[in-house]
Amino acid sequence: MSGRKHPIVPLAASMLLVASLSCAHADGSDADFKAAYAAADTAEKEAGALRNQWTTTESTLAAARKAAEAGNFEQAMALSKEAEALAKASIFQATSEKDAWKALEIR
Amino acid sequence: MISTMRARFMTCLASAALLLAACCGVAPQASAAEAPNPVADAKAFRDYFTKKFPKVKLEDFVNGPYSMNEDMHRQWEEKEQFPPYEFALEAGKEMFAKPFKNGKTYADCFANGGIGVRQNYPIFDEKEGKVITLELALNRCRQANGEAPYSYVKDEMASLTAYMAFTSRGKPMDINIPNDGRALEAFEEGKRYFYTRRGQLNFSCATCHVQSPGERIRAEVLAPALGIMNAMPIYRSEWSGMGTTSRRFTSCNSQIRGVPLEPQSDEYRNLEYYLSYVSNGLPISGPGARP
Repeated sequence: MSGRKHPIVPLAASMLLVASLSCAHADGSDADFKAAYAAADTAEKEAGALRNQWTTTESTLAAARKAAEAGNFEQAMALSKEAEALAKASIFQATSEKDAWKALEIR
Repeated sequence: MISTMRARFMTCLASAALLLAACCGVAPQASAAEAPNPVADAKAFRDYFTKKFPKVKLEDFVNGPYSMNEDMHRQWEEKEQFPPYEFALEAGKEMFAKPFKNGKTYADCFANGGIGVRQNYPIFDEKEGKVITLELALNRCRQANGEAPYSYVKDEMASLTAYMAFTSRGKPMDINIPNDGRALEAFEEGKRYFYTRRGQLNFSCATCHVQSPGERIRAEVLAPALGIMNAMPIYRSEWSGMGTTSRRFTSCNSQIRGVPLEPQSDEYRNLEYYLSYVSNGLPISGPGARP
């Protein structure tokens, strides 16, 4: 009697395993998204300090947040990376333009 | 998925454009030790446009795109019979005369009661060490008299500045750079902003208004930078309404996919100072009308 398993036990165990795996997967993606988003946000803040943010960076960051809220962490990650690339390009622009603007000046 | 691919493409495009700009002849040509010289800058600015457009009369540059194209000029002459800014002008005249709650009016804040003074703005305030634009002066006047400031990008400010510009019509722009290092610095900073590429499209103000006036960007004919401030504020058909200088600057930045700065930030004030100074001598034509 004591050694006999109830038929529901294996099923429950399987469901628990699947649930724990999917939770672990969701947590991992969420954490990855948060790290990617934080990197993009830091770069965008740096562009802000240089007074040279791009509207596309802002909209891509907003889209990343929206995707994460909907639980689509894969897309949220991709968008965060896009936003970081855009922010870094705007930083490069601001830095190179510190001197490059002089080439356009009417003399 | 499509939006992600599009974003990736745009990122690559932006990066490629920046790399190209970095590699292709944007190295500084001038000596860093070159001393600022606003008089020489203004002369070079004017010479550039008069050489580029030898058929355009100097005083006609203030009419922006209408000075660039004969058909458009005729269109503008007809438009001026029943100008679309007329309502704003009337509203501005009424607002200007209406006393604040304390009984004072805008006239108490300006030289000559605010009539025929637009050509002197922006001024450089040596006490504050900063550029004061007409829009800023109007809001400071309101606040000094216990009134809430107006939005810099909406109709009330456009109406007030339209009226003040109208009282200065035909007077030559007359911006002064006092003998103060900070004023010279403000002028130089304004110049730097004007020529600096920004936004994902990698455009500077000069890309459109120095390199390409008279050319079309989509359906619009680009205005020359010479005299561009003299027509402010403007009625734009594209906006279906009036726009202040602040609105023009912020919308230009948005159009090139740059996040606009806050209206009347130091950068925009310095930019207006620079652009107005290099148009000294050209007549005030505001309020203007644009496509």
